[in-house]
Amino acid sequence: MADPGALLEPLIPALRRYAYALLHDHAAADDLVQDTLERALSRWSSRRADGELRAWLFAILRNLHIDAYRQARRRGTEVEVDEVDHRETATRQEAALEARDVLAALEQLPEEQKSLLLLIGVEDFSYEETARVLGAPIGTVMSRLSRARQRLRSIVEHGPVALLRRVK
Amino acid sequence: MTGEDVPIGEDELQAFVDERLDGPRRDAVEAHLARHPELRERIAAERRQRASLRAQLQGKAAEPIPARLRIATLQAARRARLARRMSLIAAAVAIFVVGGSAGWFANGLRPALVAQAPTTAVAQGAAAAYRTFVVEVAHPVEVGVAQETHLLQWLSKRLGHKLEAPDLAPFGYRLMGGRLLPGGSGAAAQLMYEDTAGKRLTLYVRAADGTETAFRFQQDGDAATFAWIDQGFGFAVTATASREELLPIAEAVYKGLAPKG
Repeated sequence: MADPGALLEPLIPALRRYAYALLHDHAAADDLVQDTLERALSRWSSRRADGELRAWLFAILRNLHIDAYRQARRRGTEVEVDEVDHRETATRQEAALEARDVLAALEQLPEEQKSLLLLIGVEDFSYEETARVLGAPIGTVMSRLSRARQRLRSIVEHGPVALLRRVK
Repeated sequence: MTGEDVPIGEDELQAFVDERLDGPRRDAVEAHLARHPELRERIAAERRQRASLRAQLQGKAAEPIPARLRIATLQAARRARLARRMSLIAAAVAIFVVGGSAGWFANGLRPALVAQAPTTAVAQGAAAAYRTFVVEVAHPVEVGVAQETHLLQWLSKRLGHKLEAPDLAPFGYRLMGGRLLPGGSGAAAQLMYEDTAGKRLTLYVRAADGTETAFRFQQDGDAATFAWIDQGFGFAVTATASREELLPIAEAVYKGLAPKG
């Protein structure tokens, strides 16, 4: 049996990046990655023995993240402390400042849109691989990717407040 | 207007944003964008934002892996947890075996080597369980508190004996734990042993018809099994070993199960 370390460690930097981009918190991101790796090790022998290790790992991470978010919601600890800051910084910025704000704008998106933009745009997942992580058909992935990019653009260009007004 | 012939799809625009479009379709998209300034603006913004996101997150992936996330660290912690659990199990599981009395064919003589149908069923069940769990890395055994209760309830209900696991240390095997499995018309229990090289051996027990005492040998790929039936229970010892290696272990288990006096 292949040594899990040799196969898993090369993927850890990307897992940390994905977790950080989902959570915007370095320590919480590493906690999530640790949970992901522990789960991967405990299920190591039952994983599919083909080349889908990366999609499998990212799916574990995403599912843990979604579960944790649901639990947090049930406990009623939904927090959006720096919302005001984002409104301020995300308003009407041109390209130079836009670059800085894309990550902040990403935070305004729902989880699935974040994951689409991160897996495809940052981690270079194929559309098929992304469909596997998200558990959605590839056609759905393409149309949702398009919507996610439009939404991100609106937030970067107009700020979340303007977006909300426009949507309604 | 050549590009108009094959309409540009939104999925192609997305693939263009992702720089995954090559050849003629890429040219077609570029030509299309050249004719539609508003769309060109939108696609340019999406490409820019994609690049910004990548750039902003690049540093994160370049960071060295923190010690607590190294696989060796996680595996060591995991092994420590398992070892702790295992020692609890070993204490609790003290499972099996009949230190008891009734009906164990006395004097430690092993039964004759004869093949009989109920023994075959036990041997096959044991070999199947061996194949399934002996390769299991994460959960080779599964005797937590819940299973222990099950196991003990089941065993006391069926046997009415105080049970203990045979000591196979003379053969280099130590007890890892056990699990409860479906077997025949009821339940089966599997005890797993491991030697220092990681080679595993299982002892499998379940209710079985008959009172015969025949030792049956079965070779099943790499796995060798000795099975016998005694007082309504089928027993099987399975390992990746030759018949000659396994026989003394099976005899020791059989004697270990027999009353001591």
